[in-house]
Amino acid sequence: MGTHSHQTHNFSAQFDFSGKPKTWSLIAMVIGVIAVLYGFLLDPSEFHGERTFANLLLMGYYFTCVCAAGAFFLAIQYVAQAGWSAGLLRIPQAFSKVLPIASVILVLICAAGLFFHHNVIEDGKQVEVPFLYKHWATHGLADPQSEHYDPIIAAKSAFLNIPFFLGRLVIFLAIYSILAAMLVKFSENEDLNGGLSNYKKSFTYSTIFLVLFGFTTPVWAFDVVMSLEAHWFSTMFGWYNFAAMWVSGLCAMTVIIILMKRAGYLTWINQNHLHDLGKLIFAFSIFWTYVWFAQFLLIWYANMSEETVYFYKRWEPEFKPWFWLNIVINFVAPVLLLMSRDSKRKESSLLFVAILLLLGHWLDYYIMIMPGTVGAEGRGFGITEIGIAIGFVGLFTFLVLNALSKTSLVPKNHPFLDESLHHQI
Amino acid sequence: MSAHHESILREPLITGDNITYAKITNDVLDPVENKPNKAWWIGFTIAAIGALIWVVAVSYTFWTGIGAWGLNKTVGWAWDITGFVWWVGIGHAGTLISAILLLFRQNWRNSINRSAEAMTIFAVICAATYVVSHMGRPWLAYFCLPLPNQFGSLWVNFNSPLIWDVFAISTYFSVSLVFWYTGLLPDIASIRDRATGLRRRIYSILSFGWNGSVKTWQRFESVSLILAGVSTPLVLSVHTIVSMDFATSLEPGWHTTIFPPYFVAGAIFSGFAMVQTLLLVVRKVMGFENYITMFHIESMNKIILVTGSIVGVAYLTEFFIAWYSGSEYEQYTFLNRFIGPYWWAGCMMYGCNVLMTQLMWFKKIRTSIPASWALSIVVNIGMWFERFVIIVISLHRDYIPSSWAMFYPTVVDAAVFIGSIGVFFTLFLLFLRVLPAIAMAEVKLLLKGASHQAKKKLIAENKVDPEQVQYYKQSLVKFDSVPEAETV
Repeated sequence: MGTHSHQTHNFSAQFDFSGKPKTWSLIAMVIGVIAVLYGFLLDPSEFHGERTFANLLLMGYYFTCVCAAGAFFLAIQYVAQAGWSAGLLRIPQAFSKVLPIASVILVLICAAGLFFHHNVIEDGKQVEVPFLYKHWATHGLADPQSEHYDPIIAAKSAFLNIPFFLGRLVIFLAIYSILAAMLVKFSENEDLNGGLSNYKKSFTYSTIFLVLFGFTTPVWAFDVVMSLEAHWFSTMFGWYNFAAMWVSGLCAMTVIIILMKRAGYLTWINQNHLHDLGKLIFAFSIFWTYVWFAQFLLIWYANMSEETVYFYKRWEPEFKPWFWLNIVINFVAPVLLLMSRDSKRKESSLLFVAILLLLGHWLDYYIMIMPGTVGAEGRGFGITEIGIAIGFVGLFTFLVLNALSKTSLVPKNHPFLDESLHHQI
Repeated sequence: MSAHHESILREPLITGDNITYAKITNDVLDPVENKPNKAWWIGFTIAAIGALIWVVAVSYTFWTGIGAWGLNKTVGWAWDITGFVWWVGIGHAGTLISAILLLFRQNWRNSINRSAEAMTIFAVICAATYVVSHMGRPWLAYFCLPLPNQFGSLWVNFNSPLIWDVFAISTYFSVSLVFWYTGLLPDIASIRDRATGLRRRIYSILSFGWNGSVKTWQRFESVSLILAGVSTPLVLSVHTIVSMDFATSLEPGWHTTIFPPYFVAGAIFSGFAMVQTLLLVVRKVMGFENYITMFHIESMNKIILVTGSIVGVAYLTEFFIAWYSGSEYEQYTFLNRFIGPYWWAGCMMYGCNVLMTQLMWFKKIRTSIPASWALSIVVNIGMWFERFVIIVISLHRDYIPSSWAMFYPTVVDAAVFIGSIGVFFTLFLLFLRVLPAIAMAEVKLLLKGASHQAKKKLIAENKVDPEQVQYYKQSLVKFDSVPEAETV
């Protein structure tokens, strides 16, 4: 069983979470808190409260999606009986460990956004609206007696109402978190006890995870993002969000793996593994574009007003450059930069593209979220946006690295570990 | 993955004892080098009768015009486009197996890719016949090519997805053909080397001078990889564009953004079902049990289950958004699939594609050959109904109730459809006689590492963990090609 390779790697080494990574992630979190405080209290603009909430939602959702993508990656590897990835499974497992925390944060953001209200002037009248989901959660929209009555929203109110909305969100995220935690637990038990029983259990529970995840993620995206513009609908939206989640999850994994390697860990992860990660990033960036384009083309082509309104808003001058930049970063960049074999195998180029795509998918979510919240008048890119994003990056880094420092960096009894160590393409 | 370090947990891709390179060649070339048996002749006769029916029905259509079909003002597209989409969908599995599974380094593709690719090509041919025959005046087929204006001022409408279809499908067909043929080269050379006389001359020309040198193999490997990279987006593009034939319209039930990936998933689903339908028979009749093993059958069933479930998610999304949209036309369209006059077609669609495939969750069913075969037929039927439901049920009752109508197929409609199945099987059966149904050269690559005999050798040398050996042996219980004595 290729024992020669075991001597060159230290499988029991644990990640030491201290020094610069710890300091910087804590600083980033402080920046995030300051940005939130700035957004709520100091920002002079008219939309400051809503804008802060919109950014919190953006990053809370992004954060949860990346962690969920880690759990999804883990489950896929077990179900597909993948060998190549056995040596890097601790990274998506760390994402899975952070998923419950991310979920709680996302639920709190959504709940707070629905709970806290502010007054806005709409058609000359003062209306009290929640900070998030005002298009369906404003009081009276579903009430025929109310002056705010909206028959289209009323027809959806069996689905879009606060208890059911929050209930769904909690249940979905709880399911993902619990199953992801089980997968992590099996892998850690495998380290202690060896044998195949944990592997077999991982297979079974991964299948359950994938089925539940596959059937519920579209609804998750419809809820958290699509319902911000509650009149609008697109059947593709769920898979579009899935594609963004999957690409950004792969990129986050790649960034952490490369930086860990540079810090002297994960010596058993070599160019071949990076090449595979690069191929996945490349392929799914194209898949993301495919889904983006199909949704865009069909709506543009049919030109039905209830659908085109979505892109109409994104083609207003405030958003249009960002709208196209989204395609440049998330499609053109990976296609051109990751096409060649060498660029996928070189740490520096892969790291660059992965970070670029993580920024790109922030922009992707920005384009999805901002027009339905602050709108063109309130759109901004400043302290609130940058600060909150930095804060969440710090939080994610801190929690993931902390999770990584708790166990050894390799599932040493994984039955396909030997295949992974000798992976060559 | 390098064969040396392949885990013992992985199920064998080749079973049987005393399998050698020579034996693989002999087994695979047996039907090519010998006279056909009775089973082949029976199958061929039936298929050829079907093809004859097709010739008659299509000729009749050409002669009288498409008024020979049951179309009317409301339902102007029915069995023709249903058949077209059904065949194009079936034509997806081959390239998926050859390209996408190659990119994912799924070695089990090696013994099924050849016939799957052949099937793809024949299915696309069948689909193309619908395109031509539904033109009404097929001698003007060149109108869909961007020809110079000397042909008249009627220029191709590049805004039409039907034109995109012409390009997508012809590109797909060309690349699939090249991919399939490139893969055939080493095998054709093997036939050439064993043949004499005229036969040798023919296969010699067909082999493009393949000499088996290291250089030819290197080129073979790199061209396969490049073609795999090129065909992967093509597989997606074809059914994407087929879906846009519908989704760009304003028709409720057609215009929905999820259509492209949903159609692609459905196409892979139906394609794998057809591969399963064909290979389970081929495997038995030609004695390929050692090369197309239970692992292959189960893996294909798993893909059918996954893609069937993806299609299920798309169905549910469509239902949900139809309700959520608040558009009464959308809502009625989906309700009409169950309560309208074609309710039985709706039930066939959802029942066969989603409910029946869920049976594949049971290992007993996934690994039973009769059940797999029956379910593959169920999926073939279900996917035909899916297209019928999307096309005819959406059209027959849309915005204006005064124009609602029913569609009734004519004998010619039925004959064209049944005939196209005959054409398909005729081509497939001829293929089995002249070219190897299994990619010998690629299967041989697996012999040293991934075969049951190689694994037995490893076990005999005591090099592997006993618990894993036990796991491996237990996994062999389902294999009909491994003697029971070796499974405990």
